Amino acid sequence: MAELIATSPLRDLTPITIGNVTLTEGIPGQVWAVLPWRGATEAASTALQSAHGLPFPAPGNLHKAGSTRIAWAGLDQAFLLGTTPDTALAAHAALIDQSDAWAHLVLSGPATREVLARLVPVDLAPAACPKGSARRTLLGHMSCLILHPGGDTFEILVFRSMASSAVHDLTRAMTAVAARDLRGAQTPG
Amino acid sequence: MLIPCPQCGPRDIREFTCKGHETYMHRPSPAAPPEAWDDHLHNRDNPAGPTREMWHHVAGCGAWLVVERNTVTHAVTGAMLAREVAR
Amino acid sequence: MRVSSTWQGESAASVTFTFNGQRVTGRAGDTVASALLANDIRLVGRSFKYHRPRGILTAGSEEPNALVTVGTGPDRMPNVRATVQEIYQGLEVVSQNHIGPLHRDLMAVNDVLHPFLGAGFYYKTFMWPRSFWERVYEPLIRRAAGLGALSGEAGGATSEKAYAFCDVLVIGAGITGIMAALTAAEAGADVILAEDAMVAGGQTGPQDGQIGDLAAGDWSQTRLDQLRAIPNVRVMLRTAVTGVYDDGSFAALERTGLHLPPGPDLPRETFWRIRAKQAVLATGALERPIAFPGNDRPGIMMTSAIATYAERFGVVPGRRIAVFATCDHAHRTIAALARQQGFSKLTVIDPRPDAVALGDYRLIAGAEVIGTRGRLGLREITIRKGGTEQRLEADCLGLSGGWNPSVHLTCHLGARPVWDEARAMFLPAPGAVPGLHPAGACNGTLSVAGCLREGQAAALTALRAMGRKPRAPALPDASDDPGRGRTLWAVAAKGRAWLDFANDVTTKDVKQAAQEGFTSVEHMKRYTTQGMAPDQGKSSNIGALAILADATGRTISTTGTTTFRPPFVPVTLKAMGAGAEGKGFAPERLTTSHAATLARGAPMIEAGLWYRPSYFPAKGETTWQQSCDREVRMVRATVGVVDVSTLGKIEIMGQDAGAFLDFLYTNTFSTLPVGRARYGLMLREDGHVMDDGTSARLAPEHFVMTTTTAAAGQVMAHMEFTAQALRPDLDVRFLSVTEQWAQFSVAGPLSRELMNSVLDDPIDDTAFPFMGCGAVKVHGIPARLFRISFSGERAYEIAVPARYGDALYRDLVARAEVLGGGAYGMEALNVLRLEKGFITHAEIHGRVTAFDIGMQGMLSGKKDFIGKAAAGRPGLLDPARERLVGLKPVDPDGVLTAGARLFKPEDPPEARNDQGYVTSVGQSPNLGHMIALAFLRHGPEREGHEIMMIDALRGIRTKVEVVPPVFFDREGGRARG
Repeated sequence: MAELIATSPLRDLTPITIGNVTLTEGIPGQVWAVLPWRGATEAASTALQSAHGLPFPAPGNLHKAGSTRIAWAGLDQAFLLGTTPDTALAAHAALIDQSDAWAHLVLSGPATREVLARLVPVDLAPAACPKGSARRTLLGHMSCLILHPGGDTFEILVFRSMASSAVHDLTRAMTAVAARDLRGAQTPG
Repeated sequence: MLIPCPQCGPRDIREFTCKGHETYMHRPSPAAPPEAWDDHLHNRDNPAGPTREMWHHVAGCGAWLVVERNTVTHAVTGAMLAREVAR
Repeated sequence: MRVSSTWQGESAASVTFTFNGQRVTGRAGDTVASALLANDIRLVGRSFKYHRPRGILTAGSEEPNALVTVGTGPDRMPNVRATVQEIYQGLEVVSQNHIGPLHRDLMAVNDVLHPFLGAGFYYKTFMWPRSFWERVYEPLIRRAAGLGALSGEAGGATSEKAYAFCDVLVIGAGITGIMAALTAAEAGADVILAEDAMVAGGQTGPQDGQIGDLAAGDWSQTRLDQLRAIPNVRVMLRTAVTGVYDDGSFAALERTGLHLPPGPDLPRETFWRIRAKQAVLATGALERPIAFPGNDRPGIMMTSAIATYAERFGVVPGRRIAVFATCDHAHRTIAALARQQGFSKLTVIDPRPDAVALGDYRLIAGAEVIGTRGRLGLREITIRKGGTEQRLEADCLGLSGGWNPSVHLTCHLGARPVWDEARAMFLPAPGAVPGLHPAGACNGTLSVAGCLREGQAAALTALRAMGRKPRAPALPDASDDPGRGRTLWAVAAKGRAWLDFANDVTTKDVKQAAQEGFTSVEHMKRYTTQGMAPDQGKSSNIGALAILADATGRTISTTGTTTFRPPFVPVTLKAMGAGAEGKGFAPERLTTSHAATLARGAPMIEAGLWYRPSYFPAKGETTWQQSCDREVRMVRATVGVVDVSTLGKIEIMGQDAGAFLDFLYTNTFSTLPVGRARYGLMLREDGHVMDDGTSARLAPEHFVMTTTTAAAGQVMAHMEFTAQALRPDLDVRFLSVTEQWAQFSVAGPLSRELMNSVLDDPIDDTAFPFMGCGAVKVHGIPARLFRISFSGERAYEIAVPARYGDALYRDLVARAEVLGGGAYGMEALNVLRLEKGFITHAEIHGRVTAFDIGMQGMLSGKKDFIGKAAAGRPGLLDPARERLVGLKPVDPDGVLTAGARLFKPEDPPEARNDQGYVTSVGQSPNLGHMIALAFLRHGPEREGHEIMMIDALRGIRTKVEVVPPVFFDREGGRARG
């Protein structure tokens, strides 16, 4: 029997370092959408808590327990990251595998927010987007989920098929931001 | 324009698409007379002032919203999840 | 003339650039304008209409005269203000609006012809004959019309767009803005301070005395340095706020790299979208020129500009300088300048008889300037005092007619400024922009102390509006005397007196417009072109409407202003469109088989954002048609593989999943057995077809729907609307899994053999009959298998998690080749589906009904569904509608084209005789002729009839026979197997 080799959507595209910002591929792990049944958000949260030590997140939140995380990902929707959901959850929520649906990019370094400000129309300053935030928004023209585990690091999930476009747009923004330092132009913020 | 998404907070209009007046979510019964369906599908007022519209946070949380806004001042005075309105 | 070589207190390096090919040396920090003036170059360009010699009027972004073209090749920028463009080593600057050398412009004849070229000249002259409009007049006018031109070359250095967010946006870093920013920053607010110029300080200078312990001219820079050290403050110099929009949105243009040589990485400009909770407007005021005959010669400039060139650049713009001033502020400026090197022979002409000199300069009070001389630059002015005239040698004349507050941004949401008779100024209307607080000179407050006070007050108002409770620190001591002045719009004297320097509009033109009935300010503007040049009349609009008010016997207040619209300063399209060039235009969606497909040499075609293979050229094939024909025959004879991952896939779960699908689709899905798939038709509420596709039931409460590639996003939004707004009573959850699964269609008589070579457990037709589905394992990987066909052959679609897509595609194609098959592309896929009469969005293009495509039988009578009521309207069920048919050429060699129209053979091909149109065509290698799908009036009733297909665009006429839309295997036995 032949063996099917798994391929990452970011194969050959990362890592990239420009200036003080680095773009890498996130650790490919399990991503499961958890969509609580009608009126079952609390029950789902309780089940998540007992199975994975994590609540169903309020809008905009990212929670972590060990190597497992859960990120709010939309209306009635969260992504359980890093594990396969406990089967007991199925009584309270639809569980849909999304592990292969997203390209998982990690952007880190001092000028990360300035790079993202070229592409993302929401405020990612610490006051508006504190550690443990999750945002559904746009990266350029692409729908995305942005996670902020803290510090100067942001994780960006885009559709797998758009991985190369996301890297293209981020690379261009990284180049433009880095050039301000190199060329002595002003760097607001 | 900023739309105060009940899930995501105030977000730029570029994340949304507009379907049109709130009428779209008040569907006549299947047995309603043709005039009712005609009104539902085609007839819209063009108000100068407050109106209620269906907006989709398509590049955000995916929620459909009923947005209250003023067509004269452009002021957005509120936004509710469509499913809360539908109840 | 340069009198000081320091720049902001430090000695500056010399920088060489070219002006019209001539080498010019300036200092680091110079603008093109200051460097030219330092080299005594006063003639900078020609005027737009009369081609009058023109110099530098201002020292800021309001400049109407000194527009130049900078840079070369794709980086060439026309109409750049010489007063804004900073010089750098190697910069190339050329003047505009002339034919031949700048000092001997051949078009200067227009100035001699001026009696014929007044307001409305074009409208009156170029009317007849009508046939001359496009062939004669337009090329003539376009050639004569001025301003610079782009190079026409693509590429060049890039620009960028960016977003910024803050609590308080302060617009303008003069003393008002700095005070506001300090106040907001000290209260802990997140502040952006945006300043159009490259330095802070605005118009404040030595004439303004002390601010606290500091010279007024040094205060701004000192405080700016303090602001830069505060983490919650972002200082953005060279950044003009260009527009005000709803809900605290502002557009701003940063000249990010325009002051440096173009390079590959640093953006030339940054187009900012700033979102501020509150904003302080501190845009200051622009000095008001005075209209008098010959007031446009090179060497005539605003007094504030003379001060700026002296203070900021160490440049004295003339050797004999006179100033025509009507206000005390100008006297203070002159008094301060008179103390400096190079300003020893100053004369001030003031129309006020009681004016007193405030320093060491000659004052001629009660006098006016009524004329000027000097062909390419000012040489002499004529002064009238009482009844006598005298001439005075002067190569530079300053103008000071008072101040026009820069209220523009307060008008961008529709408010009109309010005329203040006492101060003779237009002021911002109260509450013009919610959350935008005008302060200082833009609010009509001209004293130093007043500006500081208002800057602080505006910031405090903004902070309170955000719910903060700020304290008001003590303000530094400063002069609170704004000085007095007299309004003088135009001097009563014979000769052409300019208002709008950029568009060559004179006081006479405005009066003529009034005489000819263009008394509304908006009509006057369009008739005379007043204020319609790139500077948008920043220095001339107020004067022009004052002249109009006078000419029409109205007050300025009732005459009103024209509308100020964004942008406040010109914005390049390159900046607005930044990021959207090339691959930035739209995301590219690539399938998991993309690399393998490219490796096989397949040309890619776009399907929405997706890229799919057109065809796979085999050895010896030279045309796409050859490849397509082979691939079609291959699928019908052996087995073909195609990536169908681009189709939308939506997982639908929940106890009401079946009911939800029943409501979405015209036909019933709640009765579909587990392990089976069904074709479904989806309507819009108006009864027209939205999309079609198959949905499969994987478990009692678990379906997976497929949509077409084109409509995947639309269907998802429609489902979210339906679930949230129409049927929140249903307990159903769904999510797009398009990206999760790589899905490949394996089609052809040998498809089961191929599938069984990769499946862990072989399948048969009992376990997987036509339209069966279920979970399988491929090489040990859990997968989903659907027996569905878009080709009319026995076919399977196998879905694996996308990470295995690349490997499985390569494996399937390799195995297919062993069986005599292989990969096929979109061209073959299209022919295969056409032979079967399967529709795509070429057919369900938004204006067709289920009836039109012969699927009215799929409209369930037993349940409600979206579009049911509207689909039943008699007009949508009229047999005379254009309905789906097949077409084949009567002559087998006949050519069919998509988009062609259909006519009865006996009718002339005119719109009134139109019978329908062709939607899809293809060459059927199995039938040996072209086939088409088309919509034809009374379609199915006309099977067997002959119709004329006419493609007027390509000049093709083909006689065709109407046939059923299914051309091949009408019984469908091949797919069912």
